[in-house]
Amino acid sequence: MNSSEIPILRLGKVLLAGLSNELDDKTALRFADELSHQVSAIGAEAVVLDITKLEIIDSFAARILVEIATMARLLGARVVLAGMRYPVAITLVELGLDLPGVETALSVEHAMDKLAPPGGSRVG
Amino acid sequence: MSGRERAREEIVRILGEHRDQIAAAWIEAQESRLASAGAVNADELREEVDTIIAGLYEGLAATMPLDRVVTGFAPLRNAVTDFSHRWARLGVSATAIAGAIFALKDACVRVLADGIPDPELRLEATELVHRLLDGAGLLTFQTYVDSREEIIQRQNRQLLEISTPVVRLWHRVLAVPLIGTLDSARAQIVMESLLQAIQDNEAAVAIIDITGVPTVDTAVAQHLMQTVAATRLMGADCILSGIRPQIAQMIARLGIDLSEIITRSSLADALTAAIRMVGDTPAQDARDESTLLNVS
Repeated sequence: MNSSEIPILRLGKVLLAGLSNELDDKTALRFADELSHQVSAIGAEAVVLDITKLEIIDSFAARILVEIATMARLLGARVVLAGMRYPVAITLVELGLDLPGVETALSVEHAMDKLAPPGGSRVG
Repeated sequence: MSGRERAREEIVRILGEHRDQIAAAWIEAQESRLASAGAVNADELREEVDTIIAGLYEGLAATMPLDRVVTGFAPLRNAVTDFSHRWARLGVSATAIAGAIFALKDACVRVLADGIPDPELRLEATELVHRLLDGAGLLTFQTYVDSREEIIQRQNRQLLEISTPVVRLWHRVLAVPLIGTLDSARAQIVMESLLQAIQDNEAAVAIIDITGVPTVDTAVAQHLMQTVAATRLMGADCILSGIRPQIAQMIARLGIDLSEIITRSSLADALTAAIRMVGDTPAQDARDESTLLNVS
């Protein structure tokens, strides 16, 4: 299997991936594919996608993100999108894609806090 | 040589020879008209009219087609637009400025009548002067309108700039107090500046206060929903506050669904909720404050 250009890091039961500047269709599809395999292989409980570096998004990439979220949920993992830039948020809203079912956080740090609420048991 | 070309030559000749006479006649007419305004003195008038007549003279003497002399011949066009700008700045109305240019027609025609003996040629020349100066009069009007338009647009931009302050109310809590009618352009700017501020401050909660918004229609509600959705995408929460009874009735009557948005009636309630959401305890502070008040 061709591995995608996007590295997927494993932190216990959490998978962490950082998307780069532009998410082209091929990369997005390969990434979704590899991520689903990884989630299932390690039985991940959560996936954190760091999209701080993502400056541009199109409807296809947005759909892939929703698909990743759906797929991860089916495999029993939560998906948190972290650090969306405001132009990306505006674009998505104007396209009418408000990513239902996807959790969001201001940054990776906040995403980890969200996954491991203070006082609660840590995920992973 | 056609009658029109001969007429044009005649005008050039007469403008050259009787420039001072035309200028004097025009100034006399203007002085009586502007006597009450007192904004323009005779020397300035003289300067203005000399520039315009010189422009006319040079424009007609050039080989340019007649229709394009006013708009296409730069010295004349500039003279006319400068004239319009200067007088507009002095507070002269658009009608009066165009009227001043039209008055130049009378001055020219009178001199032409004396200077051209042939009646047919005189008619042709008169007509030509009329067409030329009508064009110039319209140009002053256009200039006037354009400069007004520019002012309006500049003020619009300034209004947009001042209308959307994003303030920090608490650790990781932001608020935008909206004042005035929200149209698409303003809503867009509000959304952008709010989201930008969320990103810069890593804010967890954004409060949109609509106390100062007089009416909410479906378009405004749509914009608010979009802002809330975008805020959520960035990982922050949004609270809508300051919904007055009339607005609440209107929202209910229009059937706008704001159920996905957290709403509070006042900014104070919204702030309390927001502080709780970021994990602090406003209740404690509020209780302390009320006991203090009771004691005093």
